[in-house]
Amino acid sequence: MDASNTSAVTVDRLVKLYKGVAAVDGISFRLAPGSITGLLGGNGAGKTTTIAMIMGLVTPTAGSVTVLSVKMPKERYRVLHRMNFESPYVDMPTRLTVRQNLSVFAQLYAVADIEARIAELAADLDLAEFLDRPNGKLSAGQKTRVSLAKAMLNKPEVLLLDEPTASLDPDTADWVRSRLERYRRANRATVLLASHNMNEVERLCERVIIMKRGRIEDDDTPERLLAHYGRETLEEVFLDVARGRDRQREAAQ
Amino acid sequence: MTSIDSGFEFSLNRVAAMVRRYWYLLRSSWPRILDLIYWPTVQMLMWGFLQMYVAQNAGFFARAGGVFIGSVLLWDILFRGQLGFSISFLEEMWSRNLANIMMSPLRPVEFISALMIMSVVRLAIGMVPVTLLAVAFFGFNLWSLGFALAAFFANLMMTGWSVGIFVSGLLLRNGMGAESLAWTIMFLFLPLTCVYYPVTVLPGWLQYVAWSLPPTYVFEGMRALLIEHVFRADLMIQALAFNVVLFAAASFAFLKLLQSARVHGTLLQAGE
Repeated sequence: MDASNTSAVTVDRLVKLYKGVAAVDGISFRLAPGSITGLLGGNGAGKTTTIAMIMGLVTPTAGSVTVLSVKMPKERYRVLHRMNFESPYVDMPTRLTVRQNLSVFAQLYAVADIEARIAELAADLDLAEFLDRPNGKLSAGQKTRVSLAKAMLNKPEVLLLDEPTASLDPDTADWVRSRLERYRRANRATVLLASHNMNEVERLCERVIIMKRGRIEDDDTPERLLAHYGRETLEEVFLDVARGRDRQREAAQ
Repeated sequence: MTSIDSGFEFSLNRVAAMVRRYWYLLRSSWPRILDLIYWPTVQMLMWGFLQMYVAQNAGFFARAGGVFIGSVLLWDILFRGQLGFSISFLEEMWSRNLANIMMSPLRPVEFISALMIMSVVRLAIGMVPVTLLAVAFFGFNLWSLGFALAAFFANLMMTGWSVGIFVSGLLLRNGMGAESLAWTIMFLFLPLTCVYYPVTVLPGWLQYVAWSLPPTYVFEGMRALLIEHVFRADLMIQALAFNVVLFAAASFAFLKLLQSARVHGTLLQAGE
């Protein structure tokens, strides 16, 4: 059987060049159905470009992406209704109310009972008090919750999150993480989470892919990464990778 | 709803969702609605009074009643048709919502269909009151043109949509750096399509350019109707033929520019 048939997402020797410079340089990984994976890396590591290629928003220079057995971006319309994403760098129309925004996206995703689904998400993500407020008049935390609601509207099987708790206070960020975890468990969703926040990745992810300069530097469970680098926290592991300490250590040995 | 192939599926439901989104936006702001009406009104009043003045001093203009007002109203259909399309598209870029739209199941053809519907809605909000003011101020009733008006309107809208589709492709590919084109590109058509004067005024070589643009046939047709009281169906058919070619070329260019935007990663960038 083709391995891509048993994986929710298969990334195979993926390359993206911008004017000859590699933003993503030959990476490969598979995400098992129902898994949650962290994509770690500094600025310019290639996380957002990787997620954009998985979504079909960016065409790879070489290699392939398969989502739920569908080739991206060529056959993306066969699978887009089964996936969704959230990013603080993408906004929703500020003049529309939360309810209007969600109902428009629900219709785009052909959600069966739009009002019931919005009510369900409003209860789950605590949106009820500002459902009829324009998106532009929400706080950063409220906007993030609305973006998450949009990302969960169609109960996606594959959920791509690009720094979902960026710019949130620790309490709100923790609250958002608990909702994400609950959603994944309830829906057996496959989640790929790009983040700078090591605590977030440590708490949520059962697997961590560390990227640097477009390449995968390491790919393992948080526990094994800590053991491999001899560190107490993922933040220390991240700094080791970012500063090339592991390679120096291996070269010395 | 038909499903020939996943890439060519067309959903009226998704088109309705987008139209609803733009309608919410439009009705949320009275300055936006006022903006649709005030400039066409100013234009119509200015050209109407100018026409009254020259009609009192020149026999030809006295016979050609309504030509200037007719010209300005039809020009506004062309200009506002394109602008209504482009502004709805720009709303997605201004609100940084484009990636949400492009990652949704919405097909490009559905997106374009919603923008076309909204351009008609915006035009109707702006132009219907202005045509009624033209009756009140100058006794010029655009609606009395009947079938001819429908032919003029259809051809001008089709040109406006074609230009709007092409500009949207440029915005996808080049980002907000191409925004000024959305506001100004139609003015290239103003001298070339002979809105206020006959094609024969142009130098010989430029007349070939003018006759390759569909609106030229509409403005010539309008003058034939108002001055000679003849409806030139032949001009409307020629305009339609050129419009079909222009619309197909613009749609092809849009798809190519969208493809190029995916290659260059510009769909994620809403800024310059």
